[in-house]
Amino acid sequence: MKVGLFIPCYVEQFYPNAAIASLQLLEKAGVTVEYPLEQTCCGQPMANSGYQQYGEGAAQLFRKNFEAYDYVVCPSGSCTLHAKEHILSDQEGGPKIYELCEFLTDVLQVKTLDASFPFRVGLHASCHGLRGLHLAKPSELMIPEFNKPLGLLEMVKDIDLVQLTRKDECCGFGGTFAVFEEAVSVDMGRDRIKDHEQQGVQVITGADMSCLMHLEGLLRREKKTIKVMHIAEILNGHTPEN
Amino acid sequence: MSSKESILAAIQKNKPDLLPLPEHPEFPVEGDLVERYKSSIKSNGGEALEVSDPAEIRDYLELHFQDSQMILSLSEVVKGNYDIALAEDPHDLEHVELAILEGEWGVAENAAIWLPEESLKHRALPFIAQHLIVLLKKDRLLGNMHEVYQSINVSDSGYGVFIAGPSKTADIEQSLVIGAHGPRSMTVFLLD
Amino acid sequence: MKLPQTHADAAAEFLKDTDRSHWHDDTLWHVRSKRDASAQKIPEWEQLRTLASQIKDHVLSNLDTLLLQFEKNAQANGIEVLWAKDAQEHNEHVLRILEENQVKQLVKSKSILTEECGLNHFLEDKGYDVVDTDLGERIIQFNKQVPSHIVMPAIHLKKKEIGDIFHKHLGTEAGSDDPQYLTEAARQHLRQKFIQAHAAITGVNFGIAETGGFVVCTNEGNADMGTHLADIHIACMGIEKLIPRAADLGVFLRLLARSATGQSITNYNSHFHRPRKDKKMYLILVDNGRTKQLGREDFRNSLKCIRCGACMNTCPIYRRSSGFSYNSTVPGPIGSILSPGMDLKKHSTLPFASTLCGSCSDVCPVKINIHEQLYKWRQVITKEGPSQPSKKWAMRFGGNVMSKPKLFDLMGKMARKSLSISPRGFVYNSFNAWGKHRELPEVPKESFKDWYKKNRNK
Ligand code: SF4
Repeated sequence: MKVGLFIPCYVEQFYPNAAIASLQLLEKAGVTVEYPLEQTCCGQPMANSGYQQYGEGAAQLFRKNFEAYDYVVCPSGSCTLHAKEHILSDQEGGPKIYELCEFLTDVLQVKTLDASFPFRVGLHASCHGLRGLHLAKPSELMIPEFNKPLGLLEMVKDIDLVQLTRKDECCGFGGTFAVFEEAVSVDMGRDRIKDHEQQGVQVITGADMSCLMHLEGLLRREKKTIKVMHIAEILNGHTPEN
Repeated sequence: MSSKESILAAIQKNKPDLLPLPEHPEFPVEGDLVERYKSSIKSNGGEALEVSDPAEIRDYLELHFQDSQMILSLSEVVKGNYDIALAEDPHDLEHVELAILEGEWGVAENAAIWLPEESLKHRALPFIAQHLIVLLKKDRLLGNMHEVYQSINVSDSGYGVFIAGPSKTADIEQSLVIGAHGPRSMTVFLLD
Repeated sequence: MKLPQTHADAAAEFLKDTDRSHWHDDTLWHVRSKRDASAQKIPEWEQLRTLASQIKDHVLSNLDTLLLQFEKNAQANGIEVLWAKDAQEHNEHVLRILEENQVKQLVKSKSILTEECGLNHFLEDKGYDVVDTDLGERIIQFNKQVPSHIVMPAIHLKKKEIGDIFHKHLGTEAGSDDPQYLTEAARQHLRQKFIQAHAAITGVNFGIAETGGFVVCTNEGNADMGTHLADIHIACMGIEKLIPRAADLGVFLRLLARSATGQSITNYNSHFHRPRKDKKMYLILVDNGRTKQLGREDFRNSLKCIRCGACMNTCPIYRRSSGFSYNSTVPGPIGSILSPGMDLKKHSTLPFASTLCGSCSDVCPVKINIHEQLYKWRQVITKEGPSQPSKKWAMRFGGNVMSKPKLFDLMGKMARKSLSISPRGFVYNSFNAWGKHRELPEVPKESFKDWYKKNRNK
């Protein structure tokens, strides 16, 4: 099994710990992972802004970087979905792309993790992973319950997972939405934070660093003590930084 | 080209290739239909009472209405005090306090009762009355909307309506208020 | 030419009043929760959605035949059928009917189509007093507003404000805001209007091709109060509102109210097939851009909409920006994919008023892929809509960087460096929308690639 790791552009630059944790998690599960050095971005920021054509260069580069792999694994639901729908979609027999939690659950069928996280944790369900990749049952659909990221978190020792009032409401990041619809975006983010605060959460986690970056931006500006961590970091046994 | 022709021409030009029309599968309903019905109508703001003897309905009327009020019954089971034949025009029904009707079918999943025009005499009756009582035989209860549409032919009557509760609104801050324009109450008597 | 106010600006305006915006959000979220609880009780819910979607797909693919069948059957039932290619023609049909029948007083029940056509203004200009009879619509009519929601037209108003409106227009006690009391006042007021009306205008929820009849759903019973007392009934129907068979109503009526408010069904579901003896029934079939939308492959299935409003209730942006911020007859997610087809320039910011979270598509009872269409409209708008040179340039620049790994690495390094050394005022200035209320991420010592090269790629 040849696995290529795709790390979204902003994670590569700003959240290397999430990327390192993703890599190490896969390695611990016995997978040989490579990180093609020529990678940049999936092109989603351009495409979601209505300029799919300007993301084409990035998409081509993506295809080239990963054509030799069986699987592409990416620690972001949103980028995975974009690549799945717009980059690899027309490739017959090309690599299959999986979001990290999805890969651990469905392909590697991970049953145990060697990690402990003695903190009160709120799971933020990022929309693209949730409704696009079906990482969990969205609250809108009347289908049997399942939740892949939560299933993994439940394997972590000493973790205290909370129930949110609105368990899968969007945080308001939405790529360039965060900037072009600044007021709504910020309001949505604050509401999410309030929900976590009301449950006494110490760490907000999720499978998409972009949402967490947005929430972290608000938390830090408002000098709140809640931390954000990518789910890979928790699953890999990291602890929150101070 | 007339508007009709131009609309149809535009559709012909723009519509996609024909897609199949699905058949309706069966969605059987299990459980006690009477209990289902009673709880359904409650959530719609109405009430359903089981009676074994029509005398119980008469007692109910005596308790809740006075003879000085205009009561119009289209049921053989209980009598009113006003003859519908006297109403030539629906406007003559303006002061009806209570209308008593017989329902043709009832639907347990949502409390809807099918009332074709023939069972109303005037279409306006179940709307203009201040209160509404509907009598329904228990063996006319069906599970869901699919079953009821299999049992009726909607175009047999010039008009027919599913009524599932009293007139209600929540247009002011989402607070439920019963009695928007039509009946302030709906009571269904389920008869053996 | 000045561009219309953007959704973002209108939303920011609405959000300034945090009490109101939070109340608006909570109220609609509550409706969404009721929808969930109600759908949960139906084991075949998802199957019903699929069926409804397939039935509507069939309708759109066979619309001409079904419309002809519908017209023929309706005519045989004694309904006069009229066709209108646009709003203007629709309004003229209504006017002509009123004139021919010498109608003076008319009542109207809720119809988004007549809002779309601007019927009220049109008739008022001709001297008619149009009385909206849905309580919510009457409130906003008094207040000279348009609906801010397609199912709950006055959802933007608080009861205190409605109390003031009623005090002014109906003479209710000053300061009284009890919903029961206010509703009773409206009941008395509107009852007079119903009794006096010569004509009643209604919308249509479903037209049944095989029987030539149509269905109107209300909770208040106002459509029925109007039509059964008046001599003339004018029903206005978008051509997409057809269903092939009466049995299809079993599917749609199970979905509609549950999706809209969580009720199992609306309290009144009226099936009109023939006028009352010696009375008249008219049905106006309206295109007004629908056939055009049918021709847009990526967007045609927006015409499957049954106007339940669920996508509005679930939309986190709608809930926090209110219907008026969309400046279109149908607001919210569905409005954002319908309206650009009517006027691309006017509505060019709507498809961007979304995070593409996809909740709308998952609640939609007819499974319209709303969020995917929002994405597709964005692609259209950047090409055909009003130009936004700076945004375009930024995206083009970004795209270029992303296609060149060396350049990307360099830019990343520069960005991390400049962020870590820049004074705060430079990073968090008023031009930087991100930084108005949010910090940027802390700058790490090295990028992942740097780490990887050191630790793995020896
Ligand atoms: S698009 Fe779907 S959810 Fe939105 S109003 Fe129409 S039918 Fe309802």
